[in-house]
Amino acid sequence: MDFTLKVWRQKSAKDKGYFGTYQVKDISPDTSFLEMMDILNEQLIRENIDPVAVSKGCHDGPVAFDHDCREGICGMCSLYINGRAHGPDDDITTCQLHMRKFKDGETITIEPWRSAGMPVIKDLVINRNALDQILQAGGYVSVNTGGVPDANTIPIRRENAEESMDAASCVGCGACIATCKNGSAMLFVSARVSSLALLPQGKVEAARRVKAMVSKMDELGFGACTNTRACEMECPKRISITHIARMNREFLKAKIQD
Amino acid sequence: MSEKLNSKIPEGPLSEKWTKHKSQIRVVSPANKRKLEVIVVGTGLGGASAAAALGELGYNVKVFCISDSPRRAHSIAAQGGINAAKNYPNDNDSIYRLFYDTIKGGDYRAREGNVYRLAEVSNEIIDQCVAQGVPFAREYGGLLDNRSFGGSQVSRTFYARGQTGQQLLLGAYAALNRQIHLGNVKSYNRREMLDLVLIDGEAKGIIVRNLETGEIERHGAHAVVIATGGYGNVFFLSTNAMNSNGSSAWQCYKKGAIFGNPSFAQIHPTCIPVHGEQQSKLTLMSESLRNDGRIWVPKKKEDVEKLRTKKILASQIPEEDRDYYLERRYPAFGNLVPRDVASRAAKERCDAGYGVNDTGLAVFLDFKSAIERLGKKVIEERYGNLFQMYEKITDVNPYQEPMMIYPAIHYTMGGLWVDYNLETTIPSLFSIGEANFSDHGGNRLGASALMQGLADGYFILPYTIGDTLAKKIQVPKTDVNHPAFAQAEKEVKEKITKLFAIKGKETVDYYQKKLGHIMWDNVGMARNEKGLKEAIEQIKVLKEEFWKNVYVPGTNEEFNQELEKAIRTADNLELGELMAKDALNRFESCGGHFREEMQTEDGETKRDDKNFMYVSCWEYTGESKEPVMHKEHLNYEFVQIATRNYKD
Repeated sequence: MDFTLKVWRQKSAKDKGYFGTYQVKDISPDTSFLEMMDILNEQLIRENIDPVAVSKGCHDGPVAFDHDCREGICGMCSLYINGRAHGPDDDITTCQLHMRKFKDGETITIEPWRSAGMPVIKDLVINRNALDQILQAGGYVSVNTGGVPDANTIPIRRENAEESMDAASCVGCGACIATCKNGSAMLFVSARVSSLALLPQGKVEAARRVKAMVSKMDELGFGACTNTRACEMECPKRISITHIARMNREFLKAKIQD
Repeated sequence: MSEKLNSKIPEGPLSEKWTKHKSQIRVVSPANKRKLEVIVVGTGLGGASAAAALGELGYNVKVFCISDSPRRAHSIAAQGGINAAKNYPNDNDSIYRLFYDTIKGGDYRAREGNVYRLAEVSNEIIDQCVAQGVPFAREYGGLLDNRSFGGSQVSRTFYARGQTGQQLLLGAYAALNRQIHLGNVKSYNRREMLDLVLIDGEAKGIIVRNLETGEIERHGAHAVVIATGGYGNVFFLSTNAMNSNGSSAWQCYKKGAIFGNPSFAQIHPTCIPVHGEQQSKLTLMSESLRNDGRIWVPKKKEDVEKLRTKKILASQIPEEDRDYYLERRYPAFGNLVPRDVASRAAKERCDAGYGVNDTGLAVFLDFKSAIERLGKKVIEERYGNLFQMYEKITDVNPYQEPMMIYPAIHYTMGGLWVDYNLETTIPSLFSIGEANFSDHGGNRLGASALMQGLADGYFILPYTIGDTLAKKIQVPKTDVNHPAFAQAEKEVKEKITKLFAIKGKETVDYYQKKLGHIMWDNVGMARNEKGLKEAIEQIKVLKEEFWKNVYVPGTNEEFNQELEKAIRTADNLELGELMAKDALNRFESCGGHFREEMQTEDGETKRDDKNFMYVSCWEYTGESKEPVMHKEHLNYEFVQIATRNYKD
């Protein structure tokens, strides 16, 4: 398969940026999207090596993009592909997208996620430190190592454990934020709040947790939720907005307690 | 040197060693802990849990990771589960049985003392994770569920769907976040360790590159902990994440730390097969699938031919024409034999011409009988995310057609040599998790990597590091202006400058892929003298070529992923050579290390306990000088050494 790629190029956070247009050829449909990006980079590096290509103005160099596990679990990869976070397939991250989902000869536009809370570092690489900061504010159960009760001391309803697991499967990629027209981080934050709120272990400091995390989220400038459900649609792990509803309840409860 | 290799295993009965040791080692008072600094490199299960636990104790911790967040570490991708000797299913499990299975699974090449301790603390890990809010799978009664893994006849594996590593890491990451919030731990993301700094022979700090800006930074401490995982990516194609690498451990080796059993690499039997030259990595399908999936190839060659030419589907081959070769060869353990055994058996069938995909390098993993027995819904609950992952990658629905799988490099049992305190041969340098060599011998059992990472990080290192740090309470903070730091920084910068200056004609990936091919063909699932000798020569030539002809684009002072890869590939070329040398030296087959010259008539491993019951401990002696091998002899006081038998 052959493709025309329009890729966002930006040297650094301060640089203005532009779209670079490149051609890739003979791509197998079984190739993953990021493997296709590897092939593009190999090609761009070879153009750097070749003096003829350089003299013709081919000196863009390889495209920087974040990736790591390439099996949809580390949350490192991102990208808008033809305007969609994680590309034109459901319930996956970009690394699980395969070229068979595209048409031969298609032009594919590749951009970094654009959201005030996640600025560009270089090309397609973004800064997601804000997500860590929100979790640092309270996304945990405050127990030290050791001296805890036997694991089977507290039975937990299976349904609760399963729903907690649904929320806990968030990979922290930021697709929900990138997709939200308000740049809201509500789905991300609620996934953690809800996962812990569903378990007896998390209930003890539930009020403190939800207030701390919501306040940090607001402080970092993420937008408000207006229930468009776009986040849920693009979440690679299909995390439901019912967790946002649960977080709102938890937040209200905590505020009333105050 | 034999002095250096003092494993410090405490005397006395097996079950009392750890208790006795803990009561005898030094502790540091809370007031003194505040004065001491510890660097932890890596934030997987080992690194994150260690950094969190040390922070809770009151040490000043600096933690480093190469990704944008500690949560990205590759422990996150572990799927199947974590072992513990809880005996919740009442199937006669015990600490001793977990210990014994691990020693046997490792083919009698691990230390009894370490492994027993691992089994001993395994139960505490589960308690800890539940207290943190890890949503393990549960029964309807609300108690924890278990499943089985290879190499064991009891169900002792705790799990959270097919995402156990993710959930355990998020637990450790949350504990770490709490310590960051409290100010006990400072987190440095997008930093890669490029050298270890020694002052008077002791580990005093590290040199790192800020991957965002290219700045070379100095960080000092009273102790350094290496928790950077394994070096499976030497093979290029592995189930490791793209950025996983063994460079930090390699830098420690080159600064004098002994490297144990470098050739011991694990080949995981159930990975999605290679599809072509454009492939960047391999994807694991969890071992837990072998609970319900049955592995087979056709009995008849004509069926193989029809499958390869896509004239028939696997589901059309009748039962009587299927060869469930694991059930046939290993009746007692069946599809749940250890990984090395299952991998070799798959290779044997494929080599004999029964491989089922167009490359001839695949076997089936079939859920047909499980779906018939339990229904599709149960299978979906157990393995839903794995089935979805498989379908996204291969475009085949595994509820209808069996999965195709083939072995791939997954884990390295070898690593930095450590004593019972997890301290390397360099004083104040510790190593935990996959980065060290300690607990798995020649083969690691499934669901034991998570156990070891968390055991080391939560429950072992926080105690044993005190024994070393208690001696440092009068030692002032490390001055990073010391000439040793300046020298290490200078060497790092020179290496980077040298890489850019080559301006050759080939890309970094070209060399890494070539190395990968040499490694897989000669130092992979089957090894022999001729192949290993050739590999050593080929790697030497490749290394020379790399330093003459590689091209690294861009500059140091920017986000430069090609430079990151180039530095790692340079190390991999050296590491690969040592792996081959170690494999050549070990003229026996044990666990994942299979020397073709040493096999039984039916193709099983043939150990040589008389000559090789030791850890091969490699010491660096200088650039282009031969490394020296020392031996740590293994004593088995408590288990009867036997030939591994999974047949009856």
